[in-house]
Amino acid sequence: MEILVCVKRVPDTAENEFELNGAGNDLDRDDLVYSVNEWDNYAVEEAIQMVDNAGGSVTVITVGDDESEEVLRREMAMGANNGVLLADDAFEGSDGRGIAAILKAEIEKGSYDLILTGAQADEGAGQVGGMVAAMLDYPYASLVNKIDVIDDKNIKVGREIEGGNQEMNEIALPCVLSIQTGINEPRYVGIRGIRKVAKVEIPVKGVSDLGLDAGSVGDAGAKTRRVDYFVPDMGDGAEMLEGSTDEIIGKLIEKLKANGGL
Amino acid sequence: MSSIIGPASYKLFGFFPTAILSFIVPVIGIGLFVYIMARRIAPLVRAAPDNRFDRIDLRIKNLLVIWLGQFRHPRYMLAGVLHIVIFAGFLILSIRSTSLVVIGLADGFVLPGFGGLLGSVYNFIKDYAATFVLVACIIAAIRRGIYKPNRYAVPEKLGKDHTAEAVFVLGIISTLMISESLFEASELAYAFQATGQTHFLAPLSLVWIFKGMLSSVSLEFLQGTHIFMYYVHDLSFFFFLCFLPMGKHFHVITSVFNVFFMRVQKGNIKPVQHGIKDEELDNLESFGVKRLEDFTWKHMLDFYSCADCGRCSDQCPANAVGRPLSPRFITIKARDLMFKNYPMSGEIYKSKLLVEDIFTEDEIWSCTTCGACEEECPLGIEYIDKIVDMRRGMVDEGMVPQSLQKPLKALEKRGNPYGKMEKKRADWANEKEFKAHHTIKDLGKDTADTLFFVDSITSYDDNIQEIARRTSIILERAGIDFGILGKDEKDSGNEVLRFGEEMLYQDLKAQNTEVILASGVKQVITADPHAYNALKNDYTGLPPVRHISQVVAEKIATGELTLKDCQDPDQVYVYHDPCYLGRHNGVYEDPRQALDAINGLTRVELEKSRDRSFCCGGGGLMLFYEPEEDTRMGVLRVNMAAEAGATVIVTACPFCLVNLQDAIKVAGKEGQIVALDFTELIEQHLI
Repeated sequence: MEILVCVKRVPDTAENEFELNGAGNDLDRDDLVYSVNEWDNYAVEEAIQMVDNAGGSVTVITVGDDESEEVLRREMAMGANNGVLLADDAFEGSDGRGIAAILKAEIEKGSYDLILTGAQADEGAGQVGGMVAAMLDYPYASLVNKIDVIDDKNIKVGREIEGGNQEMNEIALPCVLSIQTGINEPRYVGIRGIRKVAKVEIPVKGVSDLGLDAGSVGDAGAKTRRVDYFVPDMGDGAEMLEGSTDEIIGKLIEKLKANGGL
Repeated sequence: MSSIIGPASYKLFGFFPTAILSFIVPVIGIGLFVYIMARRIAPLVRAAPDNRFDRIDLRIKNLLVIWLGQFRHPRYMLAGVLHIVIFAGFLILSIRSTSLVVIGLADGFVLPGFGGLLGSVYNFIKDYAATFVLVACIIAAIRRGIYKPNRYAVPEKLGKDHTAEAVFVLGIISTLMISESLFEASELAYAFQATGQTHFLAPLSLVWIFKGMLSSVSLEFLQGTHIFMYYVHDLSFFFFLCFLPMGKHFHVITSVFNVFFMRVQKGNIKPVQHGIKDEELDNLESFGVKRLEDFTWKHMLDFYSCADCGRCSDQCPANAVGRPLSPRFITIKARDLMFKNYPMSGEIYKSKLLVEDIFTEDEIWSCTTCGACEEECPLGIEYIDKIVDMRRGMVDEGMVPQSLQKPLKALEKRGNPYGKMEKKRADWANEKEFKAHHTIKDLGKDTADTLFFVDSITSYDDNIQEIARRTSIILERAGIDFGILGKDEKDSGNEVLRFGEEMLYQDLKAQNTEVILASGVKQVITADPHAYNALKNDYTGLPPVRHISQVVAEKIATGELTLKDCQDPDQVYVYHDPCYLGRHNGVYEDPRQALDAINGLTRVELEKSRDRSFCCGGGGLMLFYEPEEDTRMGVLRVNMAAEAGATVIVTACPFCLVNLQDAIKVAGKEGQIVALDFTELIEQHLI
């Protein structure tokens, strides 16, 4: 089975303290550390396991800049066979649809049986997977937490629904799936693993390689635009407890007691 | 007939010379033994290299103290003394057994030099030796067969009970002792009856008793007994020799080598591969131990040498709290695999991944590397290096629990397991009260004689930052000119190395080494025993490294630090030895001396203290690991302190403090007992 996984380089939520920048339209990115979008790791792990069982190969692609190469290498250290970096100045400022169009252009050049994406990434929109499927006219299943291969034409995919129930759906290949965390336990990638793939050639493709019109992607093609980015005002009834951890705990206990919570 | 006929001249049924037996039995026995040993050595030849020919002086010392002197045995008094008796008996009787083999071919043979006084003295001693060995065997058999101490039990999932093998071997040893004594007693009784000749015999020895019992039986019976017992001994002896390499009694043969080659340095971890330098690590195809043959030959020799005495697991804190780890079975399972994959005949089997075949991932992650097992083993068997090697293998295969992946990634990106910003590493010094009175030098901008290496937990954990502040005040008061590395300091990597993430550890080590050397300091002081251990034993080329307790003890001795009378004299204090200060580095007395320098402080000792200290749960990455366990190590430790009558547990390690403070809550002992760091107690008592 030929599997392609779309991945993204994002600020790591575990290792950063997020603050807004001076202009108030984005995060302050000076001191941030980046890693692979968490959901994407699960997608890549699932692809590797499927290929281990059924044969084939795993390709990882990302839309980004030169620095995005590191996330491709990390996924290749996990066991992905190939990586493709889609980078071009013209891609900058793409909205979700723009990203999907870029991915679609590359996906069409190969012959993949299965396209995986993470269920969502840092911006929380969770839109690219569905758009890619629509553009390719492929069937799509979102929030997938289980995959069973039936044959080379069909697979069964599962999704957790309200109340902890599980549903299973049959879906025809080729298709696009967005992968939920918890579908597997992604393997560890150490520094040694990354070094082993440090010299593997990763092709970089731009607008002309993909046969795209520069005006249809990036800023020029974007039809949605971020107009604001802020920490919501504290609503009525919200109160921030301040002080050292012990003081905060003390105050919290007092409040709980005062209001009959304890 | 005036004298008894020996096995060299006797003719069975009047025509068959028993000398033929005396020749055939040793030839077959030794031939078989050589074959068995060759098969047993086969895996060692295919094993990874190991450099064990260094430090010969220390190795000889270990041989004299731990092997010949059996120094570790009395730590378990009854079993230990029994073993010492049997061991000493074997050494003494080995001479007699050798000469007995020759006596079967040449009547009246005596070893060169054993003809005169030496021979008489030897005979006297060996008669007692045989007697004491028999008595020890009987007590040991009763103990194993009837009383069955817990530590010999075999959990159901790990196979059958080992008692039968143990008692069987005690039976063989007893047979050797009895047959040797009867062989001699029958000859002497015969001589007495035939000629009236008497010999001086060790009173109450087996020979003495048997001779008395045989004093009135017929000469024919004595002649028969003499020959029969010779061959009982001969056959038992060679059977025993060939039986030894089949199980736990292999240690009778291997122990001398195992102790000679045992670990001579403490606190460090073996290199990924002996003979490969750090900068060549990238060239290695595979990392760590994944299959049986990836172990070093010494580690395989360890597997062969285990006597199944269970002392390691009896001391193991992971085993005590019901984690899926028992060091004894790490060895037994590996030994059984060696026996299975390298059988006595036929082809050698290809080995599989160890963590899928005989071990589980959780089993290997369960170890806190506290070192209690190694400290106890009378045979010098190692565990930490093997566990680390297997973890290296698992890390290389990507088999790392999710709970450890996050802190490892944070260490890679931020140099600390919490994922906190580098620039906040020195924020502990900005606490209002502290900042008003103290200024900490940043060695990135300033210079000082001494580096205070803070390490991650003390830098970032809100509660533990107090240790950094108290340590600074103590250093200041002791007149030590010191500074910190601030944002340039990275985690020492003590646990990164021990959790098998070698390349990440190499990065941390390289970064720390560079900034420490660039700072130009003459010594490094830390309050974290894990950092102390890594910088002292794993890093190379640094200035001397000391723990704060050593500094305090020294400054009290020189009078540069003086302490007030105990501020809370009604409390009962107990000192808990952190593994990485005590067992791995031998710092037992300094913290105690410092505590005892506080006038009026009442201090008790835990039963498990010093080199038998009980790990409180592990430090560094172990704080992130989510083990399967019935209870927490810290809870057991707090209960031990409560039993000792303590109301304050003083420790000298930030991780111990975290574990013990949590454990006091879990054990429901809040208000009855508190945990306190050494630096806090000392700082409170500074004049």
